[in-house]
Amino acid sequence: MDWFLWLHAEHGIKLTIFYDHWDRGRFIKGIWTTIHLSFVTIVLSIVIGIIGAWFQKSRFIWIRTIVQGYIQFFRNTPPLIQLYFFYFAMDTFLSGIFNIHGGILGSYGWAVVSLSFFAGAFNVEIFRAGVEAVPESTVESAISLGYSRRQIYQYVTLPLAFRVCLPALNNNLINLIKTTTVAYAIAVPETLYVANQIWSDEYNVLEMMNVVWVIYIIIVGFLVWLMHRWERSTRIPGFGQ
Amino acid sequence: MNPLSHIINSTDLPVMKPFNYTVSAALQARDIVKFSLNKRTALVLILVLTAWLGIDAAYAQVQGDPNQTILQTLIKWTPLMFFGPPNEFGGFVLNITVSFIAMAMGTFMGLWVGIGQVSPNKIIRRASWLTTQLFRNSPWLVLLFYFMFLLPYTVEIGGIRYDIPGWIKATFALSLPIMANLSEIVRGAINSIPTGQWESAQSLGFTRRQILWQIILPQCIKRMIPPWMNWYCILTMATPLISILGVNDGMTLTQHALAAEARSEFLIPMYLWLMTWFFIYSYPIALYTQRFERRFTITT
Amino acid sequence: MNTSTWDSAQPIVSLKDVHKSFGDLEVLKGITFDVMKGEVICIIGPSGSGKSTLIRCINALNDIQSGSIKFQGQEVHDPELDKLELRKKVGMVFQQYNLFPHKTALENVMMAPIKVLKQNQEEAEKMARALIRKVRLVGKEDSYPGELSGGQQQRVAIARSLAMSPHIMLFDEITAALDPETVKEVLVTIKELAAEGMTCILVTHEMGFAKELADHIYFTDNGVIVEHGPPNEFFNKAKDPRTKEFLSQIL
Repeated sequence: MDWFLWLHAEHGIKLTIFYDHWDRGRFIKGIWTTIHLSFVTIVLSIVIGIIGAWFQKSRFIWIRTIVQGYIQFFRNTPPLIQLYFFYFAMDTFLSGIFNIHGGILGSYGWAVVSLSFFAGAFNVEIFRAGVEAVPESTVESAISLGYSRRQIYQYVTLPLAFRVCLPALNNNLINLIKTTTVAYAIAVPETLYVANQIWSDEYNVLEMMNVVWVIYIIIVGFLVWLMHRWERSTRIPGFGQ
Repeated sequence: MNPLSHIINSTDLPVMKPFNYTVSAALQARDIVKFSLNKRTALVLILVLTAWLGIDAAYAQVQGDPNQTILQTLIKWTPLMFFGPPNEFGGFVLNITVSFIAMAMGTFMGLWVGIGQVSPNKIIRRASWLTTQLFRNSPWLVLLFYFMFLLPYTVEIGGIRYDIPGWIKATFALSLPIMANLSEIVRGAINSIPTGQWESAQSLGFTRRQILWQIILPQCIKRMIPPWMNWYCILTMATPLISILGVNDGMTLTQHALAAEARSEFLIPMYLWLMTWFFIYSYPIALYTQRFERRFTITT
Repeated sequence: MNTSTWDSAQPIVSLKDVHKSFGDLEVLKGITFDVMKGEVICIIGPSGSGKSTLIRCINALNDIQSGSIKFQGQEVHDPELDKLELRKKVGMVFQQYNLFPHKTALENVMMAPIKVLKQNQEEAEKMARALIRKVRLVGKEDSYPGELSGGQQQRVAIARSLAMSPHIMLFDEITAALDPETVKEVLVTIKELAAEGMTCILVTHEMGFAKELADHIYFTDNGVIVEHGPPNEFFNKAKDPRTKEFLSQIL
């Protein structure tokens, strides 16, 4: 702590988040917001992905078309615009219809919705490809052994599909964490936003930018490592490689 | 082989059939035209257009404002949103330009960093790996902030002060994650070439540099194209981020337009209008990438 | 490469007590033999006996832990030795052919003389066409490897190595990936090569070929040379029980 004060006195490097109680408090809150925003959107996007993959197999062509439309829409339009669309356009529109004042969801809520649907669109494709990668012959042998459809799904398809999906899924989830920074644009108090507030108050743009960059690299780097460990531990020798 | 390769930014690249560099395998103008007239693309575009006319009709009914329908408003603002303010380079065109330049820069740098990652020299290898990891793991918005604040606003060449426009700094910032991701693609492609190629070339007395440039890299190009095109789409979808930094791109100008109209019923259509442009630009590219990959990939 | 002290009365390739390990696993446990210029040598043995590793040590594709391999009197694994120069004189053909898929057959054969030996384009092309004729692939010059059969690709691979005018040729199980009909066409090519006086070292499973052409046969098992001799002695009067067991299994 004293070292940082010294750093300021001697070299003019202002790292107030380390010695100033107020700044430190809000910065840590900001990091925490990033973390739980990421977590919630990851979970929701996986749920959306599973549901979407399920409906993609539907017998009805109009359901399949809707799912396909959803995927193509969220994959071929910019996530920032999607966010603005939900927060400004949809919020106002729905408020008008249901006659609610002050918006339906806050900025955090709409960020969750927008990002979950965004990542969910990619997940639908990932899960679908994973299920398709399970060899037909494997499923047939399960059928001829007398497994019910649900059992086949649970004991044969999902475990194999999961391992095929995992690298792509991990990649998508890590990208999602990086994408949470767009929530800055609608004033969600995540790391980048809070850092902006701090450097506006303390005039230490360079220091704060460096800290933010390093923090994200640490978080993302740690998760990348974690994902690799997970992939390696679930790897089946000789399958899929 | 992992069938998800076209989505993954990883080293799991599709296994390619042995190929000929004959003209039929290359991207011909004929292919593009045939592709654009493809049933599916046309169908999607027609659907989008119909949706717009439908929205317009619906709104016209609800609002009953004789002065301006939605469609008229959109058309009124389109030149600004598309081309930017008069005498200034901006708008959607700026988004596309940024994506081109950033992709070109990133591809060029990424090629070298990727080759560095497989270098026998330990220092080069480490430095390349570090660079790649650094820019792969950084959020793009953070990079934008970082470089837009920290690169100078003016530069002095030969005694004359030049202003560096914001969009140029933004382009540079966006080229860095592209460099990192492309470096991974290049590394993966080089590693996916069978070692027999290296060995037989070595046995013939080729130097390492000759082997890399004359034998290995030419074989890598085809397998790098699907992930490369995928990253281009991702980059294009990321360009609106520059609006947060104050650049007058399509997103900023849409917001200006909305502020000028100050009516909430234009919110949804305006945003959708801008999104449609991105969609029309990106969807055919995504489709073509899939087709390209399907044509040249062996599925197991 | 300094070959002034070597003459053809001395062995062109000479191995002395060569040891090679991959990590903890010792694959070659003291190999010693000599090859004279113009000889055809066959190395046979069960899988995992180290035959491929052995032949790859000769042109320094693999390194060795101890012992010496001399080519034309020069120590191959001398760190000072320019390996590129060595490889211009030692030709090698692989089991998987390893042709460059993005070049035509003719280009495959021409490429090394132009880029490595710095020959001029026309000369190299003339020689390449002659070599393709020699391996009986006239008409396939402009085909890509993907369009050729296994046997044809292997013959292009042989022509490609010959284009460098090597002093010896190494063959690493070149017929193992081919079906029996195509094996013949490749072996005919080797036969002609040998008849012209090229020194050949082959790792092979083709016993008929070894019987017909080899000047000397070496049988390796578990990293050592168990027995060796001219084909007559080797096939009919094998002494070691391991040799006899191996021969009884394959013949």
